[in-house]
Amino acid sequence: MSLQVSEVKKIAQLAAIAVEPAEFELVSKKLSNILDVFAQLEKADTGGIEPMAHPLDQTQRLRDDLVTEINLREKYQAIAPSTQKGLYLVPQVIE
Amino acid sequence: MSWETVIGLEIHAQLATQSKIFSGASTAYGAEPNTQACGVDLALPGVLPVLNKKTVEMAIAFGLAVGAELPKKSVFARKNYFYPDSPKGYQISQFELPVVSTGAIDIEVNGETKRIGITRAHLEEDAGKSLHEDFHGMTGIDLNRSGTPLLEIVSEPDMRSADEAIAYAKAIHELVQFIGICDGNMQEGSFRVDVNISIRKPGEPLGTRTELKNINSFRFIDKAIAYELDRHIDVLESGGKIVQETRLYDADRDETRSMRAKEEANDYRYFPDPDLLPVMITQEDIDAVRQTLPELPAQMRARFIEQYALSDYDANQLTASRATAAYFEGMVKQGADSKLSANWITGDLSKALNRDGLSIADSPVKAEALSDLVKRIMDNTISGKIAKQVFDAMWQGEGSADEVIEKHGLKQITDSGAIEKIVDDVLAANAGQVEAYKNGQEKLFGFFVGQVMKLSKGQANPAQVNELLKSKLS
Repeated sequence: MSLQVSEVKKIAQLAAIAVEPAEFELVSKKLSNILDVFAQLEKADTGGIEPMAHPLDQTQRLRDDLVTEINLREKYQAIAPSTQKGLYLVPQVIE
Repeated sequence: MSWETVIGLEIHAQLATQSKIFSGASTAYGAEPNTQACGVDLALPGVLPVLNKKTVEMAIAFGLAVGAELPKKSVFARKNYFYPDSPKGYQISQFELPVVSTGAIDIEVNGETKRIGITRAHLEEDAGKSLHEDFHGMTGIDLNRSGTPLLEIVSEPDMRSADEAIAYAKAIHELVQFIGICDGNMQEGSFRVDVNISIRKPGEPLGTRTELKNINSFRFIDKAIAYELDRHIDVLESGGKIVQETRLYDADRDETRSMRAKEEANDYRYFPDPDLLPVMITQEDIDAVRQTLPELPAQMRARFIEQYALSDYDANQLTASRATAAYFEGMVKQGADSKLSANWITGDLSKALNRDGLSIADSPVKAEALSDLVKRIMDNTISGKIAKQVFDAMWQGEGSADEVIEKHGLKQITDSGAIEKIVDDVLAANAGQVEAYKNGQEKLFGFFVGQVMKLSKGQANPAQVNELLKSKLS
C-alpha cells in the first residue's frame, strides 16, 4: 500500500509534526512500509479469536477514591517556560 | 409537508468523587489555579494513570438506574487532538467498549410518557481551562479541572422537539443527583448538555446534523434548539446544504455559530490506551453497587401516589430530590397527615426556602418540627391560617410549634360558650346586616364569619363558627 503525499500532509497535520517538503517522499515510503506490515497481518485468519485490548493478559487494578496528592505548584511551575498568577502561559489560542 | 425535528443529546455529568479519575489530586471546585494539578494531570514524562474505583461504581450505578446492559469488559481509548488545556495531546476516553451499554429512560411531555433510548455511557477525563484574558498576548492555562471524572451519556436520536429534549435532560439531571453520582450544578459545569440536531421530512432518512455545545441551562437548550432549527429550515428551503459541524451557542447574542473551521479537526484517531488495562466488571461488582442504589425517582413517585394517596403533581414535587422526599417521609413518620404534609412542603416551606435561598436540607424548620405543627392543625389546636403565623415564628427561631402557640396565645377557641358569646356580640353590633341577610342577602354570611374571626383574632374554630352562625341566623 502506498500513501499519497496529500495523505502524509494530513497525517502530519493531525499529529502536529512538521514535515519538510523535501521529506515527503521518504516519509511516505516509510509509512507505506508500516502499512504493508499491517496489510500482511490482516491476512491472518482471526475468526474465533477474541480481539485483544492489551498485550498483557491482565485486568486493570483500581485505586480507592482518596486525595493523595499535595499542592506542588511551585515546583512544577519552576520548570515551566512562562507562568503568571499561577497559570501556565502558552502562545495565544484562537478559537 | 412540514419538517420533523430529530434531536439526540450528549450529556457530560461530572462524577462526585474526591479525587480525579486517573490521579490522586483533589477535584474540589474553586481552588487557586493549578494547585490541584499533579504530575499525572500535567502529563509529566513517566507518569501513569491509575483508575479510580469510585468512577467505575458510579458508572455501574447509572447503568443500573437506566436498565442498561453492563458489559463484562470495558476498555479505555485515547482520543487524539491538540489543545493546550489537554497536556497529553489526547484525552483518555472510551470508544469501542464503553462501561455502560444500551439502556433507556422514560420522560413525560404534555401528560404523555415517552421512552428515550440511551445508546451508551462512558467514562472519560475532563480537560483543563483556557483563560483568554490578556496575558501579554498569551493564553493562561489552569489544569485543576484536568482529569476530573466525567460520565458522558449519549442518547439515541429519539427526541422530536425542544420540550422532549429538555424533559430528557431534566430526567437525567434528576437521576444522577438522586443516585448521588453528580451534584448537578450547571453553573459550575458539573452537568453539561450538547445537542445534536437535524431535520427531515417525516419518514425520510436522518438529515445532516449539527452539534451545539456550551449550553449551560435548560432555558438555553430551548433557545439554542429554536435558533438552530430555524437555521436548518432556512438553509434547506433556500436550496442549501447543512454542513456537519460543531456550533457554539452564544447566550448573549442568542445565536449559534460555527466553532471549528477545519473538518480534519474531528479526526480523533482513537486507539486503546496502552497505559490502561481492560476493566473487568463481575456480577458481584454489579450486585454490590445495586445494594447501595436508592429507590429511583420513578419508582418513588409511583409508591408515593399509591402509599400516601397523593396526586401526580404532589408526587412529582416531593420526589424532585432525595432530600425533599426524605423530608416528606420524615413528617409522615412522625404522624402528620400525608396530604397536609405535601401541601406544607410544596407551599409555605418551599416559599420560605426560595425566599432565603436555602436548600431543604438546610431548612431551619426540620421535618419533625413541621410535623408537630401539622399535628396541631389536625387536632384543631390551631386553624390552617394561624398555622402560617406559627410557621413564620418557627422559621425565625422562636421555638417549637407548641411553644409558639403557647407564647403568642394562638390556641384555637373550641369552647362553644366562648364562641357563642363572640357570635352574639357580632350579631348585636351588626343589626342592619342581620336584617338584610334575613331578607335574602345570603352572601352576607361570609361577612359575619369574617367579623367573628376578626373579633376572635382568628382563633375561633371555623367549623363551630359556621354552625353557630347558621343556627342563630335561621
